[in-house]
Amino acid sequence: MKPIEVLRIAWEAVGKNKVRSLLTMLGIIIGVSAVIIMVSISAGTEKTIEEQITNLGSDLIFISPNFSQGGFRGGPGAAEGGLVFDDAFAIAELNGVKGVVVEQNASQDVRAGNVALQGVSILGTTADFPSVRDYQIDQGRYFNELEVDRTQNVAVLGASLAQELFADSDPIGQDIVVGSTRLTVIGIMAERGLVGDVDYDARLYIPVSVVFKRFTDNQFSRIIGDRVRMIYVELENPETMDDTILQIELMLAKRHDVSLEEPDFTVTTQQDIIGTQEATTAAFRSLLSWVAGVSLLVGGIGIMNIMLVSVTERTREIGIRQSVGATPNDIRAQFLAEALMLSLVGGLIGVLVGGGGASLFGSLSDMRTVIVPISIFLSFSSAALVGIFFGFYPANQAANLDPIEALRYE
Amino acid sequence: MDPRIIIETQALTQVYGMGDASVVALDAVDLQIETGEFVAIMGPSGSGKSTLMHILGCLAKPTRGRYILGGENTSDLNKTALAHFRNQKIGFVFQAYNLLPRTNALRNVILPLQYDRLFDWSLEAMEAKAFEVLKLVGLEDRIYHQPQELSGGQQQRVAIARALVKDPLLIIADEPTGNLDSKSGQEIMSVLHQLHDAGTTIVMVTHDPETASHTEREIHLFDGRIDNVVTNGKKNSKRRPKEGVK
Repeated sequence: MKPIEVLRIAWEAVGKNKVRSLLTMLGIIIGVSAVIIMVSISAGTEKTIEEQITNLGSDLIFISPNFSQGGFRGGPGAAEGGLVFDDAFAIAELNGVKGVVVEQNASQDVRAGNVALQGVSILGTTADFPSVRDYQIDQGRYFNELEVDRTQNVAVLGASLAQELFADSDPIGQDIVVGSTRLTVIGIMAERGLVGDVDYDARLYIPVSVVFKRFTDNQFSRIIGDRVRMIYVELENPETMDDTILQIELMLAKRHDVSLEEPDFTVTTQQDIIGTQEATTAAFRSLLSWVAGVSLLVGGIGIMNIMLVSVTERTREIGIRQSVGATPNDIRAQFLAEALMLSLVGGLIGVLVGGGGASLFGSLSDMRTVIVPISIFLSFSSAALVGIFFGFYPANQAANLDPIEALRYE
Repeated sequence: MDPRIIIETQALTQVYGMGDASVVALDAVDLQIETGEFVAIMGPSGSGKSTLMHILGCLAKPTRGRYILGGENTSDLNKTALAHFRNQKIGFVFQAYNLLPRTNALRNVILPLQYDRLFDWSLEAMEAKAFEVLKLVGLEDRIYHQPQELSGGQQQRVAIARALVKDPLLIIADEPTGNLDSKSGQEIMSVLHQLHDAGTTIVMVTHDPETASHTEREIHLFDGRIDNVVTNGKKNSKRRPKEGVK
């Protein structure tokens, strides 16, 4: 029998029981679309992290408090309870350090003239922020070290924030009211856009000392020093990174009165972050392939089940075909084609559902999704393989039927 | 061997089951049928006539003995070769018609051509051939009807057309009138006689003496053996039947 005829018969058999075929395909549809959606989420996450890392600028190391070791030991003094603002100044004094940035987030209502914005995100930083984070100034200037030291009430606006607050007038030199504090605008940042989930253009940049003084509700901060969550350090020369890191560690250990074996801080390099990211991604991938494997297995069993039903239902038809000269191979091909048809149509629907689902997911939720073509190809071809594999047993049952028994079947 | 002999069986034996539970369905049957003969196989149920028909139709292989069809020994053939043999040399007409449901007459008749391994039929050629045989059985105006839209007699005529479409050496008819009223039954018998007159060899299994009496020869089976042979001999005088009984 010609292959095209075999496919036609298979197509008719699938089309004859539409609801049943659809239910049979459901396992494959779910499997294939799950793979595509999950891969697109993982690819989206990777892409976001990748962008964040590139946007942080190269030659950066990160120092964060190590809560599992440092904990909250309490008591006054800068030496205990993780990182404090003064640590950043001490690091800046070291050789091989080009810049140090401390970041502290806050959120306040901002007013300029008769424009008022609620809940504007504020980033308290130090003077090195533009160079360490590779971020350009569009107009005016960024605040300097002196202004940070003296807790000067100055502010730099993100590009879109400037547009919202001042429209077409020149903001430089004008005053804005943040919470209840009056700040003078001294500069506007260049457009940066979204990096990860953060809109750099909608933020307000002010000296970190102002954030500590005005916008942090930490009643202990006067006593134990201004805690920071992260210190960014830009290195002069990446090749001497290890030396510089050692210096920082020795110095911080001395300042905090802890041993290097049990530090209350952690130094992380870009490589560490990339490595962690890769490990996470690898774990996610292997989880994903298990999920995909299991759902395709379930889908395959569904196909096998319905194919066995189909063989039983059509026993007499098999007998008729055998009596007019169908060989075991002809019968096997016919039922394999049917199983393959179920899995391919299911796979195709799965690709459509997965592609649509991934885009929908990306636009409806905060999660970013990137559809990966290879995932479509792989999931679709595994669906086809599942169809052949699980179709083989029922097809063989059909092929080995005795023509006389088959013709007698009621 | 006599070139006119189309079917020859030698000590054909079929045993079902094993040991004490075994049943001898056919017991060393020797049979010869000539080209162009119209033979009826008769016998009560359990006499082995269905088993004999299955073996003659290459649907089953005998436990022992030889079956030679058209000069070829079929006893050593595997399932695939038997399927080819059925396709090339045998046409079946069943009591229950056995047409594919929800498939029109033309498509049903085409079926054996689709499994032809010796000739690659185009769809047009298949349809032309199917139409030709459907016309022969008087159904040229019903070719797009599905089985459920046809009467029993018409369905059986579609089945006969399907049996004829590959110009088989032999037509095996298993109670072809068994499911039909007497009028339709007579119509089917007259179609078969018409085919016989045109030279087709027909082996028909029946339990109806009246139907059997219109054939050239009646072979009566009992307990797996040939019990009696009646030569009616009133049909085509050119092919005088020959005794093929031990």
